[in-house]
Amino acid sequence: MIDAIVNPFVEFSFMRRALVGCLALSLGAPPIGVFLMLRRMSLMGDAMSHAVLPGAAIGYLLFGLSLPAMSLGGFAAGLAVALAAGLVARSTMLREDASLAGFYLVSLALGVLIVSVKGSNIDLLHVLFGTVLALDDAALVLVAAIATVSLIVLAVIYRPLVLECFDPQFLRSASRWSSPTHLIFLMLVVLNLVAGFQALGTLMAVGIMLLPAVTARFWAEDVSGLILVAIGCAVAASFSGLLLSYYANLPTGPSIILLCGVFYLLSMLLGVRGGFIWNLVPRRHLEA
Amino acid sequence: MASSKPAVTFRDVTLGYDRHPAVHHITGDVEAGALLALVGPNGAGKSTLLKGIVGELRPLSGSLKLDSLRKSGIAYLPQQIEIDRLFPISVFDCAAMGLWRKIGAWRGLDRRYRQEVARALATVGLQGLSDRLVGALSGGQFQRVLFARLLLQDAALILLDEPFRAVDTKTVADLIALIGRWHSEGRTVLAALHDIELVRAHFPATLVLAREVVAWGETRKVLTPANLTKSQQLVEAFDEQAGICARDESVRERLPA
Repeated sequence: MIDAIVNPFVEFSFMRRALVGCLALSLGAPPIGVFLMLRRMSLMGDAMSHAVLPGAAIGYLLFGLSLPAMSLGGFAAGLAVALAAGLVARSTMLREDASLAGFYLVSLALGVLIVSVKGSNIDLLHVLFGTVLALDDAALVLVAAIATVSLIVLAVIYRPLVLECFDPQFLRSASRWSSPTHLIFLMLVVLNLVAGFQALGTLMAVGIMLLPAVTARFWAEDVSGLILVAIGCAVAASFSGLLLSYYANLPTGPSIILLCGVFYLLSMLLGVRGGFIWNLVPRRHLEA
Repeated sequence: MASSKPAVTFRDVTLGYDRHPAVHHITGDVEAGALLALVGPNGAGKSTLLKGIVGELRPLSGSLKLDSLRKSGIAYLPQQIEIDRLFPISVFDCAAMGLWRKIGAWRGLDRRYRQEVARALATVGLQGLSDRLVGALSGGQFQRVLFARLLLQDAALILLDEPFRAVDTKTVADLIALIGRWHSEGRTVLAALHDIELVRAHFPATLVLAREVVAWGETRKVLTPANLTKSQQLVEAFDEQAGICARDESVRERLPA
């Protein structure tokens, strides 16, 4: 049993690399997902992942399958869309979700256009679905660096970010942190999506960000608990997803995300905070 | 904390949205250490005035000065709270936010601060509930948490916008006592209220507002039936076709530059 779990990683270096990449991703992305969920911006991650596409495509067109070019392009495009949406939301009557929808759709259309005019469909698939089993050193360093930066920055802005989610008006009236916190957080979202799309592709990167976060809601009570559970869930899904794809000969990215999905469904049933099954058990109420 | 300078100075201040004034041509001083009630019908501009003081709304014209209070020296309890009540945060942490000016983004809560938070929660009658999530509280209990937070903010100027909505009489009595304590400590308190009897009983000064100042002064002299009726009549709907307010020019001529 233990052999079956350990052997693929001992035997093949591409499995080890995939594991390291996915673990780094599991450390960086799920905490971001927790805050997206708490700010009721869960679907924003999805929109942002589409927004990253044209930048990555332009990077690919100019420099070929170059990691720095595609990452930088993706980061720039994602950030541009996030900032433009934020700016429009704060200066016009459009709400942030509406303005974001406007920008990311334009961005996505642009991305698909660029890729299909200049590249082949296989390239598009590569960008959309990633290649977790072909992570080279540079990609590993990038993913690990982003996870590190993301955790450190999150620690620095943790308190204002919690406040910005819970009571933005208070933060605005008590300090100047509100706008900077929001911007830095958006940057972290884009950074982690860029890290994710190397391994899992732009579409799946959101999965490892958000599914563990919503799963955690069924187990943990406070924000730090949510973050820990989400990271644990992502780590477990990464590990088991890699094994599943190895033994069942399935594509890796979707396997990992699907296992996140399985954890989500199980938590919905069994979770101690509002899981379906617990709700069925009649328990006597407390005195106060 | 009390100083001879007024805490807030209005000079021909107009505040509004989209060029339509919500309150206009306010001139007057809020004395340091005052306990001032803002009274007036819905749409009189009470909330707008408070937003102007806190800096959320910039005056369309005129000047609004605060007595060298830094931004964090103001504690503000808005009427339309944007708080996400389902956010997983404990009563203790929510109240502790009031310490922001002292602990900022990074400093930890040492024992002294923890005791301070616990004392504030006890003052508003919430001892024993500090580990509950705010989502589990009733409306009145949550209002008490917000007052504990105000208490911890330790501000020289406290702005309350309809702080007693949907709160039972026992809670109102407790919170009024707290406001009285702030007053006796020399803090300046402005509260927008609609309960005239409450104002009569507890607020020495009153500003009757109806999109402009109807009367401003000692509560006993200002809260007359005549003034209240006048304020009721003065509040008309926003007029989409409204012309440019001519008083701007005439008032400016009278004011020293």
